[in-house]
Amino acid sequence: MKALLYDATLCIGCKQCEQACASENHLAYDDKVAAQETTSAYKYTAVVQRGEAYMRRICMHCEDPTCASVCPVGALTKTALGPVTYDGDKCMGCRYCMAACPFGVPKYEWDKLDPRVRKCSLCEKRVSAGGVTACTEACPTAATKFGDRDALLAEAHERIKAEPGKYQPVVFGEHEVGGTSVLMLSGAPFATFDMRTSFNEELPILTYRVLSRIPDFVGLGTVLLAGTWWITKRREEVAAAEEKEKTHED
Amino acid sequence: MKTDLLSLARHLRPRHLLLALIFGAGAWATVLRFTRGLGASTNLSDQFPWGIWIGFDVLCGVMLAAGGFSLMAAVHIFHAERFQPIVRPALLTAFLGYLLVVFALFFDLGRGDRIWHPLIMWNPHSVMFEVGWCVMLYTTVLALEFAPIVFEKLRLERPQRWLRALSLPIVIAGVILSTLHQSSLGSLYLIMYGKLHPLWYSPLLPVFFFLSALVIGMAMTIVESSLSARNLGHSLKTPLIVDLGRIMTVLLAMYAVLRAQDLYHRGAWREAFRWGYESSFFWLEIMLALLLPFVLLSFRRVRKSANGLYLVSVLIVAGFITNRLNVAITGMEASAGVRYVPKWTEVAVTISIVAAGILIFAWATKHLHIFHEEPAAAAAHLGAVPAAHAAD
Ligand code: SF4
Ligand code: SF4
Ligand code: SF4
Repeated sequence: MKALLYDATLCIGCKQCEQACASENHLAYDDKVAAQETTSAYKYTAVVQRGEAYMRRICMHCEDPTCASVCPVGALTKTALGPVTYDGDKCMGCRYCMAACPFGVPKYEWDKLDPRVRKCSLCEKRVSAGGVTACTEACPTAATKFGDRDALLAEAHERIKAEPGKYQPVVFGEHEVGGTSVLMLSGAPFATFDMRTSFNEELPILTYRVLSRIPDFVGLGTVLLAGTWWITKRREEVAAAEEKEKTHED
Repeated sequence: MKTDLLSLARHLRPRHLLLALIFGAGAWATVLRFTRGLGASTNLSDQFPWGIWIGFDVLCGVMLAAGGFSLMAAVHIFHAERFQPIVRPALLTAFLGYLLVVFALFFDLGRGDRIWHPLIMWNPHSVMFEVGWCVMLYTTVLALEFAPIVFEKLRLERPQRWLRALSLPIVIAGVILSTLHQSSLGSLYLIMYGKLHPLWYSPLLPVFFFLSALVIGMAMTIVESSLSARNLGHSLKTPLIVDLGRIMTVLLAMYAVLRAQDLYHRGAWREAFRWGYESSFFWLEIMLALLLPFVLLSFRRVRKSANGLYLVSVLIVAGFITNRLNVAITGMEASAGVRYVPKWTEVAVTISIVAAGILIFAWATKHLHIFHEEPAAAAAHLGAVPAAHAAD
């Protein structure tokens, strides 16, 4: 499983990653777009600044992605390599993925008549060809790194151990929503960027617990309903027969 | 020609003007939606992707249609024959409701032309997938359940007989599908853990949605029967309404207790007593759906009268509409970081759909045998051909 490691303490806010991502994905990129601190259908990654600290906004490529679990047509898929990809030909635009993603990642082409969901693909094409993501390649300080998740995770913990004063004591993405393929290190508290650490529940299980009961429900329900029908009908027939007998006796 | 116009003008009423206004706005909004896209025609955004087209048109639309399956179950499965006279209006509401929900979906879906995709592209892990299938199957079931009413009007004997032979499996399928579907609209929000406000987020959401749908099924039937009695001038069967009211009260009480327990166990009552945006909407919901109805129902006079129950039902319907909107909108705003107020276009489409629903309902009650005993069914028991109907 591949992953991306972003070390905010190395980030200088040059936004080279934004630019590289834009040209990789053929998105228009200018000063106005660069100034936006949120991602959109026209910007898959954004560098956010709070005081002296930076943070990248990007799809986390969750190990058990909420977006993929909610999509009714399976337009979103977690690939074996790590990227969570999107198939615009399947998508019917219900936007459940947007409503459900715990990180608010999927964005929509609101101004189009045939809109698609847009988000970072972890450069799936490059990655499956053995390469690294465009944003990794462009990063001048190696604040964004690409590699095997296990190795990157170990490296992240080593960095924290080597300079505990410099880092927050968690690797964001190690456990969040059950683990993600994007790992983040930060000097400033993650809460500065509205990122909730210790949000460790895997969300898809919440609905799957209910969904998995449906077949049993249908089976049991049918029997119960048919049984009730039969019993109440029988009771009526008996009542009718008794009624008839009574009138006979009279 | 001139006299035609004159007589037309003489027949114009304020409500015609109102309707023209509503449908005019709706038509213009439709044009905007399908020429300029979702962004230009709604106040939806990346932060707030679901608005009133989901919150009202779909969540409330489906809820308001819940009378169909509960009464079908009561009459055809539990053999509570006395409810027979109100099965048809409930069935009509359900069928109409579902057709309108599907219609509304074309506005909300970014790619309405792909509404059929879940048929061949499966993701059974998705609640939305289940919702899609339930809507499709249950709309079909409703069509089959409603068809006899149309066949009866057209005097088509044979298809009526076929459907009657199939009626038990159809009714059972309908009950199962609605149960699944009503509750799965609540399940849609189970995954919004940490997003939906704790006053509404609960692992019991599917149960709440299902129970409240049952309540609304009864309430809507009472409302419709009363309104139609007034408009069509046929007599209202008060004892039936009182019976319905009784069932409704019991279900509502169950809902109230469950909801209170759930808030207590999750420690969410604190939120309710903290003054704010969410808590005010929470109390509005509770006031309309539970507090006022229970106060009113505590009076014998209300419990025993059609008018009293009508009033209570209207409150309950309003209360649960507020509930659905709270789940879909109020409760989602804080985590989204934006306030969502629907654009006029969204409102225009929604009101037009509601107006269309009412008009079609009124039309159908006039031209089909909705508010009558079922002479065809009664006659069928005797093996006789139904007599021509004297109505209209
Ligand atoms: S961050 Fe959101 S969009 Fe990205 S994989 Fe996770 S759930 Fe999907
Ligand atoms: S908007 Fe598209 S990708 Fe997202 S859940 Fe709906 S169908 Fe799937
Ligand atoms: S991984 Fe690729 S798509 Fe994602 S932000 Fe980096 S360059 Fe953009």
